Amino acid sequence: MPIELENLTYTYMPGTPFEARAVDDLSLKIEDGEFLGIIGHTGSGKTTMIGLIAGLLKPTSGRVLIDGEDIAAKGYDRKKLRRKIGVVFQYPEHQLFEETVYKDIAFGPGKLGISEAETEERVRYAMELMELDFDSVKNLSPFELSGGQKRRVAIAGVLAMKPSVLILDEPVAGLDPAGRIHLMNMIRRLNREGVTILLITHSMDDLAENARRVVVLKGSRLLMDGTPAEVFARREELTAASLDVPCVAEIAAKLRARGKDIPPGIIRLDDLQRCVEDMLGGRP
Amino acid sequence: MIKNITLGQYFPGNSVIHRLDARMKLVLVIAVIVLVFMARTVIGNAVVLAFLAAVIIMSRISVKFVLRGIKPLWFIILLTFVLNVFFHQGGNELFSWWILRVSEEGLISAVRLAARLIFLITATTMLTLTTSPISLTDGLESLMKPLKAVRFPVHELAMMMTIAMRFIPTLIEETDKIMKAQTARGAEFDSGNVIKRATGMVPLLVPLFVSAFRRADELAFAMESRCYHGGEGRTRMKVMHLAGRDWAAAAVVAALIVFMAFGF
Amino acid sequence: MAVIEAKDVTYAYASEDNISPALWNVTLSIEPGEFVAIIGHNGSGKSTLAKLLNGLYTPASGQVAVKGMDTKDERHVWDIRRTVGMVFQNPDNQLVATVVEEDVAFGPENLGVPPEEIRQRVDEALEQVNMSAFKEHAPHMLSGGQKQRVAIAGVLAMHPEIIVFDEPTAMLDPEGRDEVLAAIRDLNSKGKTIVLITHYMEESLLADRVVVMTGGQITATGTPREIFADEAVLKHAGLTAPPHIELYHRLTNKGYDLGECPLTVDELVDKLCR
Repeated sequence: MPIELENLTYTYMPGTPFEARAVDDLSLKIEDGEFLGIIGHTGSGKTTMIGLIAGLLKPTSGRVLIDGEDIAAKGYDRKKLRRKIGVVFQYPEHQLFEETVYKDIAFGPGKLGISEAETEERVRYAMELMELDFDSVKNLSPFELSGGQKRRVAIAGVLAMKPSVLILDEPVAGLDPAGRIHLMNMIRRLNREGVTILLITHSMDDLAENARRVVVLKGSRLLMDGTPAEVFARREELTAASLDVPCVAEIAAKLRARGKDIPPGIIRLDDLQRCVEDMLGGRP
Repeated sequence: MIKNITLGQYFPGNSVIHRLDARMKLVLVIAVIVLVFMARTVIGNAVVLAFLAAVIIMSRISVKFVLRGIKPLWFIILLTFVLNVFFHQGGNELFSWWILRVSEEGLISAVRLAARLIFLITATTMLTLTTSPISLTDGLESLMKPLKAVRFPVHELAMMMTIAMRFIPTLIEETDKIMKAQTARGAEFDSGNVIKRATGMVPLLVPLFVSAFRRADELAFAMESRCYHGGEGRTRMKVMHLAGRDWAAAAVVAALIVFMAFGF
Repeated sequence: MAVIEAKDVTYAYASEDNISPALWNVTLSIEPGEFVAIIGHNGSGKSTLAKLLNGLYTPASGQVAVKGMDTKDERHVWDIRRTVGMVFQNPDNQLVATVVEEDVAFGPENLGVPPEEIRQRVDEALEQVNMSAFKEHAPHMLSGGQKQRVAIAGVLAMHPEIIVFDEPTAMLDPEGRDEVLAAIRDLNSKGKTIVLITHYMEESLLADRVVVMTGGQITATGTPREIFADEAVLKHAGLTAPPHIELYHRLTNKGYDLGECPLTVDELVDKLCR
């Protein structure tokens, strides 16, 4: 049971007229190796939730337990937390600051006290994952790169810390379709290698194709928790929470409304294609 | 977050004081500062006190809020008071101990100086409480117009101030985001000695500056696209004009100055 | 007469190695009242093209003319920018004032419009984008979609004939994106010429004409239906079709006869149920 949220509540600016509950009595258990999608309308508490999990925010009440230990407790080893949990925030390219790509990616490992030899190995590993050529790019200034490259360097900086849990807050925001595909492929590959993935995204299509569990937040509270098929079947509730369903689920729902026999829980394009071909009765 | 508090802590309202022309308020604040320094006697100071109390009441802002403006400076006031009580030279000695010497004159001087400080801070606090930052900038720009004759970049300064005020909350938000991202990578912003802390700021300051320059670049494109070409030929949507109440306020302050001139 | 006429435009960013220009031999004309979408991958030159349309950049070779005025001619710069309004990608980095209505007034103030008329224009513009209630708010307190609508109002207050939107929804959440697209659709329905630059194919469905850019050149033009039907063009341009169109292509390639390429999910469902 690596991550457990126990009745977590976080209040912004308590005691002022601007007081607001960003997260309200949230309880959740996340196992090793999961691919968890987190969705919710803007302001529903997603970013606050990951801030709490990563130990960047202190809960107003409730606890965050990692491997059974309360991370807000006195004496908890922060370095252990940083080693375990990596966070890629929105527009991560805004955090680049070093003189060279190598130095920037090596920053995280450096802070973890990792040897120079091992740091170089990790930088190579991270750059390879993000499809950046080590030799030609490592000595460039991060500020000379294109937007897409900058983002890859920033994410590599987090991957070089080899976290066992990777949290990503809308990592594909602003990327073009090709960029999005590459990034989602990388995330999928990491998950296959055993990294737990927590993905905040507005792209329901990406979740339908990749996630094995989806958690829905609405008004700072947990609304739904289930497999993508289970969650996306509840279309009206999602619409009421200002959320879309994946395109595939929408097509399936509309076909069903016209009396067509499409089994429930179809959210992936390959599956839908097979069903539609069956529906049309094989080759025309 | 801090972004909800505007510069100088403007307290929105619709009182007479709020509605006074910003230019008149700026000029009057200077006049009131002169007034405070002119006051010599108890009566004089009492008149100043009464005037400020009247302004506070008419602004419909609670005294508690006004005193908050004094809070950051209470230490200086206390220091001035203590220094004058114990170290004033001359006057009838009341008692002394070691290097400390309390005299009648010292006590009076201490009270007068402390009062003066409080009056000055109150007057300027009332200005910023009742005048929105944009009105202040517009007022300053208008008052400084004559300086254009000596090639002083009045419009450019005002534009810079407005844009700075517009972006302060945005930059504060960005600082918070960058700090969180770097903390997640193991950076520490609140530990170590002075030198460590200074170098520790690099992962925060470099991205912040880079981002600020990028913003400036994009903003320039947006401004040029909206035909910005400096101050020449620009009109303003909000035109300031002096009303009866502005002249009335000026008359009151002028009368007080004349009164003080009689040696009060 | 075309509102904007770009002929054989080439543009390169100043750098030590000008191996490939950002734009190469681009010819394009925009007619009054049209809604043109320009789509392409990041780096295809579309944002560069946007800045050439209102004279922020001038072509290294070729010509861009707005209502007959050459963008290289310095005398026409402000008339050109009054005619071609531009809304950019980052909602924050377009707002200059501390209060919404003051920001919307910025454009008319620059044009020297008399104060009472500015007031009128500001109120109208905010009304058009449904932001009148936020007149006296501070910009930093608004959501992304709201900020973009204020930016649009700021452009509308200058009474432009054509508005160029350079990836206006790229930094917005789905709600903000819907708000902005609704505003754009509304403006076009009232007669404004629109150029929408985007990498989201779904957004180009609203347009009369779609222009595809790849590697600095225009590689295809046509109606949305024609462009979406052409798999090769999309692949070459580095674009992905939305799932419902992808499904149409897969089925058609397998031999199913589904007729014309559908634009919306409903159209696809109709075809499948036929």
